[in-house]
Amino acid sequence: MSINPAWYLSLSVVLFAIGALGVLVRRNVLIMFMCVELMLNAANLAFVSFARQLHDIGGQVLVFFVLVVAAAEVVVGLGIVVAIFRRRASTNADDLHLMKG
Amino acid sequence: MTALLGVVVTTARPTLPDIGVFAVAAAIILAGAIGVVVARNPVHSALMLVMTLFGVAVLFVLQQANFLAAVQVIVYAGAIVVLFLFVIMFLGVDREEDVGAERLRGQRPLAVALVLLGTTGLLLLGQASRWTTGQPHVAGLDTGAPNVNLIGKSLYTTYLFPFEATSALLIIAVVGAVVLARRPPAATSSSQVAEADAATPEDLAAPADGEGGAAPAEAPVGDRAESSVTGSSAGAAAGTSGDGEAAAGEVGG
Amino acid sequence: MLHLTYLIILLPLVGFGVLLAAGRRLGDPAAGVVATCFVGASFVVSVGVYLALLGVHAPVRSYDQNLWTWIPVDRLQVHAGLYVDPLSMTMVLFITGISALIHLYSIGYMKGDKDFPKFFLYMNLFVASMLILVLGNNLLVTFVGWEGVGTCSYWLVSFWFTRDSAASAGKKAFVYNRIGDVGFLLAILLVFDKVHSLNYQYVFAHIGEIGSANVTAICLLLLVGVMGKSAQIPLFPWLADAMEGPTPVSALIHAATMVTAGVYLLCRVSPLLHASPDAALTIAIVGAATAFMAATIACAQQDIKKVLAYSTVSQLGYMFLAIGCGAYTAAIFLMVAHAFFKGLLFLGAGSVIHGLHDEQDLKRMGNLRAYLPITFITFAIGWLCIAAVPPLSGFWAKGDVLDNTWAAHPALWVVGIVTAALTAYYMSRLTGLAFFGKDRWAESTDDAHELDAAHAHHADGGVPQPRESPWIMTVPLWILAFFAAIAGVMAISGSQFSLANWVDPVFGADLYQNNLSGTALWVLAIVDAVVAIAFVGVGLWLWSQRSERPALEASFLRGAWYVNELYDTVFGRPSERLAAFCADVVDPRIIDGAVNGVAGAFRGTGTVLRRTQTGYVRNYVLGITFGTVVVLGFMLTRMWWG
Repeated sequence: MSINPAWYLSLSVVLFAIGALGVLVRRNVLIMFMCVELMLNAANLAFVSFARQLHDIGGQVLVFFVLVVAAAEVVVGLGIVVAIFRRRASTNADDLHLMKG
Repeated sequence: MTALLGVVVTTARPTLPDIGVFAVAAAIILAGAIGVVVARNPVHSALMLVMTLFGVAVLFVLQQANFLAAVQVIVYAGAIVVLFLFVIMFLGVDREEDVGAERLRGQRPLAVALVLLGTTGLLLLGQASRWTTGQPHVAGLDTGAPNVNLIGKSLYTTYLFPFEATSALLIIAVVGAVVLARRPPAATSSSQVAEADAATPEDLAAPADGEGGAAPAEAPVGDRAESSVTGSSAGAAAGTSGDGEAAAGEVGG
Repeated sequence: MLHLTYLIILLPLVGFGVLLAAGRRLGDPAAGVVATCFVGASFVVSVGVYLALLGVHAPVRSYDQNLWTWIPVDRLQVHAGLYVDPLSMTMVLFITGISALIHLYSIGYMKGDKDFPKFFLYMNLFVASMLILVLGNNLLVTFVGWEGVGTCSYWLVSFWFTRDSAASAGKKAFVYNRIGDVGFLLAILLVFDKVHSLNYQYVFAHIGEIGSANVTAICLLLLVGVMGKSAQIPLFPWLADAMEGPTPVSALIHAATMVTAGVYLLCRVSPLLHASPDAALTIAIVGAATAFMAATIACAQQDIKKVLAYSTVSQLGYMFLAIGCGAYTAAIFLMVAHAFFKGLLFLGAGSVIHGLHDEQDLKRMGNLRAYLPITFITFAIGWLCIAAVPPLSGFWAKGDVLDNTWAAHPALWVVGIVTAALTAYYMSRLTGLAFFGKDRWAESTDDAHELDAAHAHHADGGVPQPRESPWIMTVPLWILAFFAAIAGVMAISGSQFSLANWVDPVFGADLYQNNLSGTALWVLAIVDAVVAIAFVGVGLWLWSQRSERPALEASFLRGAWYVNELYDTVFGRPSERLAAFCADVVDPRIIDGAVNGVAGAFRGTGTVLRRTQTGYVRNYVLGITFGTVVVLGFMLTRMWWG
């Protein structure tokens, strides 16, 4: 009755890749952030499938924590975005290159 | 791959409904993910993200992680994405972005190449030998008891310390958001606020005469509104994520 | 008493220390008195040690004392040790005695000089170094003294260093000495390599292990060192320039003591020379050639001190000639006698210079015997000594040398006798020009002479009467004159003054047996006497009335055979070009270039690598992705190939 966990893991890998591609390609900070969420979800998926595979509840507990941390991260991250937006009126990541060496 | 992991898994053949559900959910996930990446409008992007999250929740259910599926929908889709939308709307960046032009040289081709390489590598790694190490059943055997019970028990015994740590983390996040979002103190001193309140229309209308009182008077009013909105949204989000199920309806509704 | 030998060295060192600490406060003349007392005390102690040594019976008349272990490194065991034997005691006696006299003399000569205490400080240190040199019981201690006297010579020659010529002269002296020191050092290394010890007695006992080729090499290397220190060909030009120093310095260092260090060294290693006839012959030839060449140069010099300087070089040549012929005793005899009369001559010249208010040009002197009687009398004694007029000491000493030369290498005897003639001639020329003739010093001094007086007490206007020197300067003159006159008694073999008997234990089996018959000795003596008296007469006759005879003063001789110019062309200019090359090309381009190049390379690398810091977050994420892919690749390779 169980699906081969390999499929879940492959799906997780592909989802993660798409999220990574999104971070690399998109310029809008908010969309980049959302792609990061995609990657976190991919990780969650992998955790859950391993938890099931190993009959260990720890995987699911970890997903729980990932969720909490993701939330906190989004809160602070968006606060930063807002603060920056106040200054520059732009959410383009390419406009923030003052740390150029 | 299952044979290579250290534990024997029940090798019952997957039934058709399972496969079907998996396929559909996978399709939704992938479509949503691609949608997030290619959508021009950030709002579309957020909605695509919601779709993806729902798909993931379905998969969670399929794997008997019921509690997590619920939490996923409520917290992730219901709070975090909503927060995203708040900020998008608030900042007014729901305009479309020109996805075609790429300012950085070589970024796109390199990105695609690296991501493909990485994916291939990971997929190949999946065929690998034993990757799992350590003791199984750390958190407690998945004995078929209700999922919530198991998670609760694990969370409040084995993983108690991380649990408390994450609550501290959430508080810090709230404080951080408030600090980030407020104005610098000079512009929000109470005397100036009082001045602004007492300012007559003539004072407000008088342009830059060198009167320091007039110009900043306008700003604090608007900022206070802004900051209060941001503050409340941050507070709402923090409160929501901490509570789990409780305040879901309040904000979501 | 013998165990107190170290006091001989210690006393002048203490004097040096006292003057170093309190010299400036003691001032003129207390500093000089202190210094003289210390050296005088050292002389007293050395007399005591000498008497004690007399009590030790021949044939082993020696005393070896290791004060402490200086270098205890595996096979190289060098002790700070003293070796007292007749040879070293002879040296010690005349070094301390003459030094004490010259210290006394200097109190008067250097009076009024602003660096009065510093002079005596250096002089004491010099005496201490010289004593270390002669009392050392191994080559390394001797070398320490060797270097010490070289350094003090440098300091003392350039004592009036504000004068360019003096500063250069000091440098020249030091550099020439150094060139010789390379030879000395190589000799030390070679000795150690073969015998694994530097102690004289040990080396002499193990000569057989060294091998004759090595012995010759060692002797020749030591000769190189001696050439530098004792101003033999080809390293002699420094001595003439060293006359820039104050006259007491010239008297002490460049007549009596430092330059005789070479003679001492070769006498000390006489067993080695005895084992290497080739080296001995080389030494003899070098000595003879130097004696002749220097004598010719002295014939045409105008500066009183330069005549005496070249004369010293010439007499040293005689000493080496004697050593080369195996006549060590004769060499020592001449050395002692020379110390007396050359010291006397220099001090007398100093008295003349002092009396004439720093006039050194012979052409501007004359008839000084009327004004400086004491100086004249003592100077005359020295003059006759060096000219080898009987019965003064010079006659006996030089005769001894020439006799042995005739017995060993007659060809060199010819050179020797010709040089003796020249010696008599130029010394008479000097005496004639200075003490006889007209009062040339009274003539107007409009034309500027190059011998500027850095040491003038009085203004040079007018022509004041030459005045005799004070007692503090003339007493040493008398004492030295006395000894110069009577030192001949040392030649009387069999007497208690006999030098040969005294030093016999040292040279023992090496002492060249003089096989000349009594007749030959008489003939040689008469030849010596006749030559000496004749040429004294010639010199006086030519030069006592007239002061200008261009035909006899060839510029070739006056220019010292143009040796300085030769060295300049062969060594000086190329070295300067090499130095300029190093300074202009090697240093800025190669060395600085390398260092700057390293810095530049880093800067360049930094500039290139800086391009990765674009400031764009997405580029950085790309970097992270790249790193992740690399790690993945690594894990894959691990997976497939273990």
